Amino acid sequence: MPVKVIIPTPLRPFAGKRDSAEFPAATVGEALGNLTKEFGELRKHLFTEDGKLRSFVNVYLNDEDIRYLGKEETPVKDGDVVSIVPSIAGGRS
Amino acid sequence: MATKTQTVDTKAQFTNLSKDEILRYSRHLIMPEVGMEGQLKLKNAKVLLIGTGGLGAPLGLYLAAAGVGKLGLVDFDVVDSTNLQRQVTFGAQDVGKPKALAAKNRLSSLNSDIEIETFETKLESSNALELFKDFDIIVDGTDNFPTRYLVNDACILLGKPNVYGSIFRFEGQVTVFGAPDGPCYRCLYPEPPPPGLVPSCAEGGVLGVLPGIVGSIQAMETIKLIIGRGDSLVGRLLLFDALAMKFRELKLRKNPNCPVCGTNPTITKLIDYYEFCGVRGEEAPASDIHVPEITPREMKSRLDRGDDLFILDVREPHEYQICNLNGHLIPLGELPRRVHELDTSKEIIAHCRSGKRSAEAVDFLRKAGFRKILNLKGGILAWSDEVDPSVPKY
Repeated sequence: MPVKVIIPTPLRPFAGKRDSAEFPAATVGEALGNLTKEFGELRKHLFTEDGKLRSFVNVYLNDEDIRYLGKEETPVKDGDVVSIVPSIAGGRS
Repeated sequence: MATKTQTVDTKAQFTNLSKDEILRYSRHLIMPEVGMEGQLKLKNAKVLLIGTGGLGAPLGLYLAAAGVGKLGLVDFDVVDSTNLQRQVTFGAQDVGKPKALAAKNRLSSLNSDIEIETFETKLESSNALELFKDFDIIVDGTDNFPTRYLVNDACILLGKPNVYGSIFRFEGQVTVFGAPDGPCYRCLYPEPPPPGLVPSCAEGGVLGVLPGIVGSIQAMETIKLIIGRGDSLVGRLLLFDALAMKFRELKLRKNPNCPVCGTNPTITKLIDYYEFCGVRGEEAPASDIHVPEITPREMKSRLDRGDDLFILDVREPHEYQICNLNGHLIPLGELPRRVHELDTSKEIIAHCRSGKRSAEAVDFLRKAGFRKILNLKGGILAWSDEVDPSVPKY
């Protein structure tokens, strides 16, 4: 069973309007790589030009921030859920 | 892991409830989790709401109804009719009035026993600490990144909890920042996204009920902080997807290297948050793309003259259904692969709602070799103002 990647609302327009997608992967980085391979437009929203995760995009493996695990090298197992959690600011207007 | 809610220390001023108050709050008083002790804590509590809009509406109503003794309302905006779809504190009669005042009127009519102070001012680095200092809890219901970082940093500097909520279209995030030993907004997001990458509610839309739900959760967390009951959202980010109707929660950790709440903070006073977020002014910056333009009036007179103009509408299909100028619809995102539908020899006028997206389209098409292409200045909004008022604005 592959890994599920949850795509947040602001990024869905760049991911064929999907709210999640499943990919075989051994690490979090690989799952995100496969995601951006399938949805090319997502790449610039998630990664900088030199391929680093953007600082305002947080990635979680299940309920844990990958910055406190092994970052993009964090190993994943079947059935894990990778969430992309970008900052959103709406509320007053 | 859930954190037991720590009571926020409110300096007790009131030590009893009146007979009328006992009756009014009886559904609280008969619950042991609130009781007389909790209700007095509510009466002695001072909560500052930053923003009285979508999130501020349920916050204000529930906190006033619950008997929070003092509410501060910060908003410099004026009620307009597009607010009424979700900002349920306001009625049609409030359109054109300052939001803070309109909200105060509504909340006072709900509960005249509480004190409500309005601050019709823009929250800035120069006034935030002064505004916050007399309140126990700050509730962030703003709509932009500079203010969110400002609220966070001011709360950390003053040691006050920040009940955070934000929304986008169908999705909401809620947590409590700035609690003792808890993480702050910068622990979660050290840096803001560059301007323009994340659309605002005005651009992206929001389902009206969503701020009602998210603001209600913020109100619940605020009350729990005051009465010191239950498990607070400190250290947990609650994510709500209204379309899927799913709640999820993620762990938030305090970052020891956080520039504002870490062990060796580098931010020890408020900074320029517009500069920090790369934004000048309150709105996302107007597109800095400069392209040849045509005003709605010029376009109208050229059409009346019978000029052969090709109108290109780069909005989305659902926007076309709201109103249109009989243009050829190619959404901006589809333009690169549908460019063959356009004729370089024809004169093209591109438009969108406000002129921003079509400026990008004109820029793109000029780079693709189109020379006779103009952007409709101000988009459909300006067309409605200057040429045809029967075209609805949205």
